[in-house]
Amino acid sequence: MSVLVNKNSRIIVQGFTGKEGTFHAEQMIAYGTPVVGGVTPGKGGTSHLGLPVYNTVSDAVQKGAADTSIIFVPPAFAADAIMEAAEAGIKVIVCITEGIPVQDMVKAKAYIEDKDVVLIGPNCPGVITPDEAKVGIMPGFVFKKGRIGIVSKSGTLTYEAADQVVKAGFGISTAIGIGGDPIIGTTTKEAVQMLMNDPETDAIIMIGEIGGNLEARAAEYIKEHGTKPVVGFIAGQTAPAGRKMGHAGAIVGGHDDTAAAKMKIMAACGIHVVNSPAQIGSTLAGVMKK
Amino acid sequence: MNLHEYQGKELLKSYGVAIQEGIVATTIEDAVAAYDNISARTNNKFVVIKAQIHAGGRGKGGGVKVVKSVDEAKEKAGQILGMMLKTPQTPGGMDGEGKLVRKVLVAEDSYVPSFDACKEFYVSVLMDREKKCNVIIYSTEGGMDIEKVAEETPELVHKEWIDPELGLQGFQTRKIAFNLGLSGKAFKAMELFIRQLYKAFLGSDAALFEINPCLVTGDERVVAVDCKVTLDENGLYRHPDLEALRDTDEEDATEVEARNFDLNYVKLDGNVGCMVNGAGLAMATMDIIKLSGGEPANFLDVGGTANAERVENAFRIILKDPNVKAILINIFGGIVRCDRVAQGVIDAYKNIGNINVPIIVRLQGTNADIAKKMIDDSGLKVLSAIELQEAADRVKAVLS
Repeated sequence: MSVLVNKNSRIIVQGFTGKEGTFHAEQMIAYGTPVVGGVTPGKGGTSHLGLPVYNTVSDAVQKGAADTSIIFVPPAFAADAIMEAAEAGIKVIVCITEGIPVQDMVKAKAYIEDKDVVLIGPNCPGVITPDEAKVGIMPGFVFKKGRIGIVSKSGTLTYEAADQVVKAGFGISTAIGIGGDPIIGTTTKEAVQMLMNDPETDAIIMIGEIGGNLEARAAEYIKEHGTKPVVGFIAGQTAPAGRKMGHAGAIVGGHDDTAAAKMKIMAACGIHVVNSPAQIGSTLAGVMKK
Repeated sequence: MNLHEYQGKELLKSYGVAIQEGIVATTIEDAVAAYDNISARTNNKFVVIKAQIHAGGRGKGGGVKVVKSVDEAKEKAGQILGMMLKTPQTPGGMDGEGKLVRKVLVAEDSYVPSFDACKEFYVSVLMDREKKCNVIIYSTEGGMDIEKVAEETPELVHKEWIDPELGLQGFQTRKIAFNLGLSGKAFKAMELFIRQLYKAFLGSDAALFEINPCLVTGDERVVAVDCKVTLDENGLYRHPDLEALRDTDEEDATEVEARNFDLNYVKLDGNVGCMVNGAGLAMATMDIIKLSGGEPANFLDVGGTANAERVENAFRIILKDPNVKAILINIFGGIVRCDRVAQGVIDAYKNIGNINVPIIVRLQGTNADIAKKMIDDSGLKVLSAIELQEAADRVKAVLS
């Protein structure tokens, strides 16, 4: 089981032959991820890293039976790459690219809305189901196999959380980096929902940050439908209003999207909220003992 | 990226949006010449002089004056140019030190000759994160703080969401004009205004347009009297002409320098500097500093590579802040190995030479143990840590 990606996924890399695409495709393959090829327009028919290169995602789906795609295309072309993958029939798209213009994502999001596809990201570290598939840029060794799901807007903070989970004596079922942009394909709530429904996940770590209302929506869902304990953290308690903290979406705009407001809602909805990011692992251990 | 009012108006005008016309001036002489030009062109002695800084509420601090003669224009322009303008939005608010005014916009007075017949509205365009599409927000209550209007009289704030695939439709511009209570010539003018405004928004990859007030004049024209324009940084590569409008005088000098080093840095008011890889972990590190009894002096994401050069640049940026009493470096080495980062920290430290504040280095991930030993054996005044809690405790110890 697990969610989104596993050992039976058939994964292609969009932007396969570029520098980033090549580096991370190598890392993914070394991890044991089932990568079946890649797409670089104009290089179709050649091979790269011992795998076939296709001109279009459509070719990769038809000739390579691809069902999952990871995107390493530069920002100017990434929204187009997302739409191409969705149109070709890819079921799970993971877009790593950071810096996509917001209006491009408004269009891409609307385009994929009525298609049978899940988009993760953009501006995210990807998704990993340990020992099965690493569809992302995360360091695989941090994520030991286990039964804790992780949902996070951040990259390195996800690795931090995974590391604490493992050191607390647990492991990861699937970790989903949903991304830090204002418009992302899969919301915190949707990712939490997937993990709630996953029989191989016992508890969830939910990491958010300032800006937007995704965490509040997820918290309301957890209150209504949650069946597993959730440990939550919101980064940016000390961030000033109106300033963008690295991620394009990490900006306090009003009273509802501060870290304090989000943590309050999460706690009220039964989430085990930690004030310190150093206490994610120990809090999980405490929750799981009960 | 924010534009000045005069730059925003030029952008709007290039898309056919009617604006309050004006001329920008950096000296009193230019301002006086602009007064003559504007008053002759409008056949009207009333002219407005407006301070150009990146902050709203300029009128509250004396940054906007209506003048009715050349002498008065000279006097007021002299007062505004070079003043430290305090507004509720400048750093520290009305009690802060304010922002230096380097430019004024000398503009026509759109309210004459029939002041009483003018109506002030509010119009803004932005992306609604929840609905994942653009929205036009508008209200009959222009010229005031829209957040206050939304709080006290939410029924007076209307929203019109735009379908990303179909774009702004005719029924929507009609609805807006009807809801604003317009008819006749003003109705048509408002429809055109909204249509062109939305075209400008899409065409410039804007993140926010705020027209407040949006004025319906006595002769039923619709003009943007003020405008706040924020552009999407990620879209700027498509608009080199707009990127060229960036006014670094309006930004923190250290932040500008950090951007030239390709470092993501935001200056804050605290006493503990930090250097982190990844934006989320950087915010979490700021939070850890606070929980350890300090206040973060900055946000700084060094990015994925964190090599010696980047670490050195980051050190130099952080050390420019005299309030910094300690620095916490927090790197989660994933694909980048911790021993490489440790070497980078050691090299950077040695290159800079006289660092007089305690430094705590927390390296976690690949080869964290080797990295810790390298730091410990370096002979530098640097404290090492592997676990995040350990790093937090070290910060606490250093501060107490």
